[in-house]
Amino acid sequence: MRVELRETPFEPLAELGRYQTDQHQLLGQYGATAIFIGTMRDYNQQTMVSQMTLEHYPGMTERYLRRIAETASREWSLLDALVIHRVGELQPNDPIVLVAVWSAHRAAAFAACRWMMEELKSKAPFWKREDTVAGWRWIEHNTPG
Amino acid sequence: MSIQVKYFASLRDRLGRAEDRFSAAEGTTIAELWAALWPEIPLPPNTLTAVNMEYASLQQPISDGDEVAFFPPVTGG
Repeated sequence: MRVELRETPFEPLAELGRYQTDQHQLLGQYGATAIFIGTMRDYNQQTMVSQMTLEHYPGMTERYLRRIAETASREWSLLDALVIHRVGELQPNDPIVLVAVWSAHRAAAFAACRWMMEELKSKAPFWKREDTVAGWRWIEHNTPG
Repeated sequence: MSIQVKYFASLRDRLGRAEDRFSAAEGTTIAELWAALWPEIPLPPNTLTAVNMEYASLQQPISDGDEVAFFPPVTGG
């Protein structure tokens, strides 16, 4: 299992490929991989967004991400899990988050990946600030889904 | 007892600072801590609170050396 914050842009599919190649214990074991990738859009709440800043609570954010991955692993008997989340300054089209899970069968992989994203969105201490033509603004709450 | 207080995101901007150090009586709750620190500013209704990096209720009593954080709803992912 790996949980990581990144201060610079990352390529989710390349990360996923590298990580899976290194997890030799998965070979022959996993039948299902589910992934979620969240990406920054250039339009939100009727305004063009030119840049976004992701703030976090150093220490607490890592703790909650790890707990979410560990809880899901236990609950759905996952074989492995990978979470990478950006912090700092992002541009439109930059990936924000990657969640990947490996399990024997698809039901566990789909359910765990979905649950982890919802938990991350409601519990992990991150805050988005958007730069728009009209100035910057804090995002007050996440969209329902 | 000495308490380290942290504020994040829009709440920090509104208060104009990121941290406070505060002396409080043993058993003070988080709600009482806020009222002592910011007598003029009611705690915004959606504020989340944490003690030592674990979510906590406003009624939770705090202890010497605790780190207490106040922040708005989280918006990651």
